[in-house]
Amino acid sequence: MPASLFYTDEHEAFRTQVRKFVEREISPHIEAWEEAGAFPRELYAKAGEVGLLGVGFPEAYGGTEADGFHKLLLTEELCRPGSGGIVAGLMSHGIGLPPITNMGSDALKEEYVPSILRGEKICALAVTEPSGGSDVANLRTTARRDGDHYIVDGSKTFITSGMRADVITVAVRTGGEGMGGISMLVIDGDTPGLTRTPLKKMGWWCSDTATLYFDGCRVRAENLIGQENEGFRGIMQNFNNERLMLAGMAIASAQVCLDEAIAYARDRETFGRPLIKRQVIRHKLVDMAQRIQSARAALELLTWRVDQGQWPIAEVCMLKNTATQCMEHCAKEAVQILGGAGYIRGVKVERIYRETKVLAIGGGAEEIMKELAARQMGL
Amino acid sequence: MKILVTVKRIPDPDASVKFANGAVDTSSAKWVPNEFDQYAVETALRLAEDAKSKKRHAEIVVCSVCPAAQRQHITTFLAMGADRGVVVDADDTALDSQAVAKLIAGVFKKEGADLLVCGKLSQDTEGNEVGQRVAGLLDLPIASFAGGVTWDQDGKAMVVSREVDDGVETKKVPLPSVITCDLRVVLPQSVKNGVTPDDYTYNEGPRLASLRGITMAKRKKVEQLKPADLDVEAGSAISNTGVNPPPARAAGQIVESVEQLVEKLATEAKVL
Repeated sequence: MPASLFYTDEHEAFRTQVRKFVEREISPHIEAWEEAGAFPRELYAKAGEVGLLGVGFPEAYGGTEADGFHKLLLTEELCRPGSGGIVAGLMSHGIGLPPITNMGSDALKEEYVPSILRGEKICALAVTEPSGGSDVANLRTTARRDGDHYIVDGSKTFITSGMRADVITVAVRTGGEGMGGISMLVIDGDTPGLTRTPLKKMGWWCSDTATLYFDGCRVRAENLIGQENEGFRGIMQNFNNERLMLAGMAIASAQVCLDEAIAYARDRETFGRPLIKRQVIRHKLVDMAQRIQSARAALELLTWRVDQGQWPIAEVCMLKNTATQCMEHCAKEAVQILGGAGYIRGVKVERIYRETKVLAIGGGAEEIMKELAARQMGL
Repeated sequence: MKILVTVKRIPDPDASVKFANGAVDTSSAKWVPNEFDQYAVETALRLAEDAKSKKRHAEIVVCSVCPAAQRQHITTFLAMGADRGVVVDADDTALDSQAVAKLIAGVFKKEGADLLVCGKLSQDTEGNEVGQRVAGLLDLPIASFAGGVTWDQDGKAMVVSREVDDGVETKKVPLPSVITCDLRVVLPQSVKNGVTPDDYTYNEGPRLASLRGITMAKRKKVEQLKPADLDVEAGSAISNTGVNPPPARAAGQIVESVEQLVEKLATEAKVL
């Protein structure tokens, strides 16, 4: 009898390979990378070589067709070292590239996709601006047509991989006010007029985050993704997938917290007995597992529905909140169970505790998720 | 050139061992590919390929003795890059090493292979027997515990280095022959085939299978044989009389003084 409705032997074989990659290339270094505030650029090439960057992207451009569960288990396995930063940074093309592969011209795909999937170039998505993040329809960065170029002016902030990105998928205003005036442009990292400032963060230390300034940047008109003023829908579609992946990250991180807390509670003795024999600790652990189980059930079901071509927007919004709340709870309890050891740098649960907020805010804040769900539900 | 590589499934060595009815209980085990067999497949791939152009100079056939319905581990080896598979459908847990060796020898002859590459042992039973027994059955030269392999294409031989107590021994085995692999064979420059430049540096360890490799593996041919097809009667001359967990260790004692420790060592532990 299959162990899961959704995972096949092929998924499990892939999981084993990803786990080996993570154990070999990431886990031994993650603490140093977190402290250094960066991971080596070569990791992209290593991940590209074994095809991890191409999962779910078209074969014609160097990717491998995959279903939602391949992508989900890849995210889960990358979360095992307990650093969301490595997942966000290494996989930043996961949000930066789909607008190009879904809506871009063949020439644009040919030019940009293969080198990103090989890990030779780093790709980032730039939507959020200093004036607002979730309010995409009112973004202010402009792209004005000038002959066969666009002139881009404005700024973007909280951009993952923003400092190192060679290719940036940028949401810009090409038309009038509101969602009908938004387009997406591919902007090369070495475009004159583009400057970057690094941002220091509460968590996700090994992933670089930046504010980008576009000051009269000239961008070829061919770098327009899809049709002018029709970028909004693509951004929103991208958000839906991003939220599903963020939910996967949150639940995988919650699982790491649970695993770490159980291992510690078995080992740690207080007043002559292991912690795990204390009812208050046992119940905390079950409560964590209970929340993970519920969140994971919803995650798997929605991954399946999206794979079937459905767009369960309200449900994905609610899932993101369920998952990030689950992670916040599990991180809080895991640090508490580890006690002083959970407050020390270099411990997975300490790191994850600092990463709870980025998942509850990024990709659509908790409050925005509720409002969007309410609207979808016709309330 | 045709290289046959033996591969085996084993219960996950990272899982805790369960016992039932005087035997190891594998009813709920997660089966994983034997690590040393991954070294063997990696060795075969490095011998067969031009690492630069990815062109192949030899065919790699992986062979496993296992129930036909439980051959998922073969997918992993095919996904790494082996060309095709052969499954001998038998309950491997009911076979002794000699029976397995006869089946492998039968496949080697049937395939007309030039080289058999085995892991030096499987991590579950740690028998370290099959490669040597196959060489004996087929009267082939063998180099066991290979830490380095160089294909001497002109001399139609394999030059194998192996660690021994007082250094590294080098053996030259003419083809057809048998090699069993040790851990060091997957170091970055341990295998040379005369095609890939000698200074080429591989990643350490067996290569990982990509998702594309896993997808392609399902399309690769896996032939299924019965022991009877190889004129071998599958069985075992050895019977297990019992397997039991080691007795649980008694709790330690905290002593007040050195004198008390010495006294307890003398009177209770009786080691002084």
